[in-house]
Order: sequence, then structure tokens, then C-alpha cells
Amino acid sequence: MRGADYVIKRGIFAVVTIFVAITINFFLFRVLPGTAVTDLSRVPHASPQLQHALTVEFGLDKPKWEQYVIYLKNLLHGNMGISFTYQQPVTQLLIQDLKNTIPMVTVGTVAAIVVGIITGVLSAWRRGSIADHTSTNAAIFFYAFPTQWLGLMLLIIFAGTLPAGGMSNPFLFGAEPFWQHLADIGQHMILPAATLMLTAYGSYTLIVRSSMLETFGEDYVLTARAKGLPARQVVRRHAFRNAMLPLVTLVALDLGYIVGGAVLIEVIFSWPGIGLAMYDAIGQRDYPMLQGGFLILTISVIFLNFAADLLYFRLDPRISE
Amino acid sequence: MTLPLQDPLLSAEGKGQPSRRTGFFRSVLRERKSAVIGLAIIIFFVVLAIIAPYIAPYSVTTPSCAVYAPPSLQHWLGCDDGGFDMVSLLMVGGRISMIVGFAATLVAMVIGGGVGILSGYFGGWIDVSLMRVTDYLLVIPDLVFMMVIADLWGASLFHVIMVIGILEWTSTARIIRAQVMSVRERAYVKRARGMGSGNFRIVWRHIMPQVGPLLIANTVLTIAIAIYLETALAFLGLEDPTAVTWGTILENAFQRTAISSGAWWAIVPAGFAIAAVIVGCFLFGQAVEDALNPRLRVAHLAIRPWRLRPLVGRGPGAI
Repeated sequence: MRGADYVIKRGIFAVVTIFVAITINFFLFRVLPGTAVTDLSRVPHASPQLQHALTVEFGLDKPKWEQYVIYLKNLLHGNMGISFTYQQPVTQLLIQDLKNTIPMVTVGTVAAIVVGIITGVLSAWRRGSIADHTSTNAAIFFYAFPTQWLGLMLLIIFAGTLPAGGMSNPFLFGAEPFWQHLADIGQHMILPAATLMLTAYGSYTLIVRSSMLETFGEDYVLTARAKGLPARQVVRRHAFRNAMLPLVTLVALDLGYIVGGAVLIEVIFSWPGIGLAMYDAIGQRDYPMLQGGFLILTISVIFLNFAADLLYFRLDPRISE
Repeated sequence: MTLPLQDPLLSAEGKGQPSRRTGFFRSVLRERKSAVIGLAIIIFFVVLAIIAPYIAPYSVTTPSCAVYAPPSLQHWLGCDDGGFDMVSLLMVGGRISMIVGFAATLVAMVIGGGVGILSGYFGGWIDVSLMRVTDYLLVIPDLVFMMVIADLWGASLFHVIMVIGILEWTSTARIIRAQVMSVRERAYVKRARGMGSGNFRIVWRHIMPQVGPLLIANTVLTIAIAIYLETALAFLGLEDPTAVTWGTILENAFQRTAISSGAWWAIVPAGFAIAAVIVGCFLFGQAVEDALNPRLRVAHLAIRPWRLRPLVGRGPGAI
């Protein structure tokens, strides 16, 4: 298989997966118990006349496949319905939430990768030392605790010193200079991002460690050493760069888990992102919001997975062989 | 008639197989300290879950102390927001969390094992279509998907079990499929087929014994994930609110101001209990898997140390 074939194949897979997710999203909300009128319109005890009027208004008297086509058409126009709670278009609301989720998740994930790489390389380099044991055990330790528990712990420990909820200080008004707002948001981001970092970094440490140990045994590392290069340079230039490949795969596969963790974290720290919006939607039976949130998160994960595929291909062209 | 080809495994009794299998686990336990520790932790919590109602010091339905009473000699871990003894809550909650974890895993193993064997054994269009479904499900973020289904279906323990079971089988299917595909090509399976054994008999007598230990390792790892997901779903309020589980203990503490009351004892112990079970499953499952598949010791082939995320479609031989 040639390179272009590989990229096209992964691209088709991503597109089909998005389509599958949309289809699941459509049927899930119609197959499960409760008719659409009693559930979707929040009028459990409506008179038959009202029920009929609503059924016609929502187009629920049409056959399922026709509803499905209408749903697809609306999605193509970016129309995901109206939120029951906010009486505003879901798309608008969720895009605002997505803008809040992305920075927090990005900071947390990048921090997890950096910490994972540093601790992993250190353990591999000083294999069997106290530092190795400490960092490996710490990785397993943080790995095993539930995300929400880690969040609660940080909340208990830092509740007095760092902002514990929300994304910005409501008492800061527009008059302050821009950087002050940014610093405020950054301060609010510390705890949620740190929780995400703690819950995700453990697996990175372990994979970087074992993959570094593996590359240490490769011939090219031996050659580099035999040439008399300093140890630091051998580790950084020869072993490290090749050892990073498995990490790319792991991060890509971890995305779904990270998104799930982000939902829990947003609930704990009241971070106004998509996870919190879905959580609120569950409490308020706001189905269009729930449906929209699921779709946006799923599509983001699929898209990032595809991006990781491309990155992996760029880093390691052997994959297409 | 005696065939020169006759394979001892082909004899109708299949003698020696069970002992070989138990022998395998015994040798894993002998050679790996982590397997012993893991198994000990799992057994401890299973026994505790079984006898919890009989040894729990206080009732979990009638309050026995003050709201958020701190730890004392009578109540070792203090009390929660309703004046219930935390030690008793943890014991009884562990029982239900373990039941949810084990039951969900059973569902996941039946589906995942079935799909893996079917697609590995028959290949062809069955394999292609089943693996497509698996791949799609694998990419969709599972907790978010579970939130949606659990909410639409209604909050109950049974639904939580089914939701976790129905969505957590994908990686098992992939691993079992890879193993079945390699066993299928072995000489004795081909001989059995040549001698006229039916598909069911081949799978049951010749493939299952080879796949069994791997399935067990996978089961143990999946239990950890199921318990993790149970606590997450409970935390999001998607479990029966009246049930006492490790997940709802954390949820109640969060919702009912344990943090602002400084009641750390309502939160900390539950997290340690969950983490202990998860580490136990992790150590044991990992040790068995390592012993079965030396390839897993190679880093780039082992990228699923814990969340059971197999490599999907990346490079040849990826499982």
C-alpha cells in the first residue's frame, strides 16, 4: 500500500465513523422507551389534541426514514435544534461551550504528555534506581484513582488558595486590561487542567519508559555510543526521538478517555464547557442539548484520531508498507 | 483403526487439558509476585463483598451518628451527610460496586468473546462486518456515549450494568479474534477438521482451551474498567440514587457539601477502595497477559496497558 492510499483509507474511515455516530445519535433518541412527544416536548400529560398538534409540528407523523433525511439536512446546515432550557439554538450554545472546553483540555493533555515524557525518560535512564521506582509507582497510583476522586482531592487541598469553580471571576468587569482577564482565566484553569494531567499522565510515563528501554537496545543506539557521543546526546537525539512513536498512538487512543474525564472534571469545577452542558442537560431533560453535545464530542474525537493517524504516518512512513 | 496422525488432544476425553490450564495459572502465580498481590487484593474485596451485610458494624438504612461526624472510636471513618457510618457504607457499597463491575464484565465478555471467536474463526464477510462495527464503537468516546444511553434509558443499576457491558466489549473482541486466528491455523485444529469435527466441536474443544486464559486475563482487566465506569456514571447522577455504591458515596459527598464542611473522611476512603480493586485487577490481569503473550513486553505492541485500548489498524499485526 502506498502512502496516499493509507491517508485516503483513514480519511474514509473517519468520514464513515462520523456518519455512523450521526445515525446512532438519530435512532438512539427515537428507539429507546418513551414516545418523542412525551419525552421531547416535556408535556407528559397533554390532551390528545395537543399531542396530535405537536406530533405534526415536529414532523413526527412522517415515516422514520423521512425524519432521518430531514435530520441529516438540518445537520448539514448546522442546525441541531433548539435547547428546551435556554430557548436558543443548540449549535450556538455548544460552540460557545466548546470554546471553553478546548483550552482546558488542551492545557491538561499537553501537561500530561510533558510530565509523562519527563518522568518516563528519567525512569528509563536511571532504570532500577529510587527515582525509577518512585516515578513508576506514582504513575500507577494516579492511574488507578477515579478522575472525579482526584478532582475532589485537589478541591479539598487547594480550595482556599486557588479558585475552585467557574472559568472567570464574576467581579472582574470589562474595564480591566485584557491580560488581567487572561490571568484570571488561567488561574481558574489550574485545578481542572491539573486534574486532567494527573488522571492521564500515568499511562504516558509507563509507555515512554518501556519504549525508551526498548530503543536503548537498538543497534543505532549502540553505534552512537560506540562513536563516543556523550550519554545525554545519545538519549536525546537517538533513543528519545524514536521512542516517541508509541506515545503518539497512545495519546490518540486515549482521546475518548480524556473527553470522558473532561466531562467529570467540568462537573466538579463548574467549568462551563460541553461536559457541563451535557450534565445540566441530563438534569433538565434537555434532549437537544444532550444530543448535540454527544455529537460534537464524538466528532471531535474522530477528527483528532484522524489527525493522529496523519501525524503518525508523517513520523513513521514505514506504516504504509 | 489407528491413525498414525492421532493427536492426544483429539482423543474424545481430552484428558490433561484442565490440569494444564490450572498449571498455567499456578506457574504464573509462582513466577510473578505482582500476580499474587493482585489476586490477593481481588480475593480480599470479593470476600468482603460477600460477607459485608453480616459484618458491617452499623446499618446503612438507619442513621447511627451525627451528620458528618468526624472519625471516632465508635465510627472509625466518621459519618456521611445522612449520619450513616462510613465503614458500613464502604462495605455495603463495595458489594454493589463489585456486583455491577462483575455483571457488566460478564455481559462484555459474552459479547466480546462471541464476536472475537466468530470473526476470528469464520473470517470472510463475517469478520469484516463484525470488525467494522467494533472499530466504530472503539472510536466513539465511551463515557459520553454511556451518559446518553443511561439517561435515555433511565437511572437503575440494571441499566448501568447493561450500558457498560454493551459498550466495553470491543477491545476484548479484537484480542480474542487475533488469538483465534492464530490457533485456527495450528496443525491439530486442521486435523480435527480433517477428521470431520463440526465447527462447534472445534471451537469448544480445541480453540476455547487455547483462548481461555487470555479471556480470563481480559475479564480481570475489564472488571477494573467496569468499576471505574460505574463510579463515573454514578457521579454523574445516572445510577439509581437510592443504591449505596462506591460511586454514589462520592456523588453524595460532592453534592451534599462534604468539601465545604471539611468532611474529607466522606471522600478519601472510597477513592482508596476503588483504586485498590483497580490496581489488584491490573496487576493480576497484566501478569497473566504477559505470560501468555511475550510480545506484550515489547512496548509498541503493548499499548493498552490499562484502558484496554488495543492498537487499531496501525501497522501489520496490530491487535
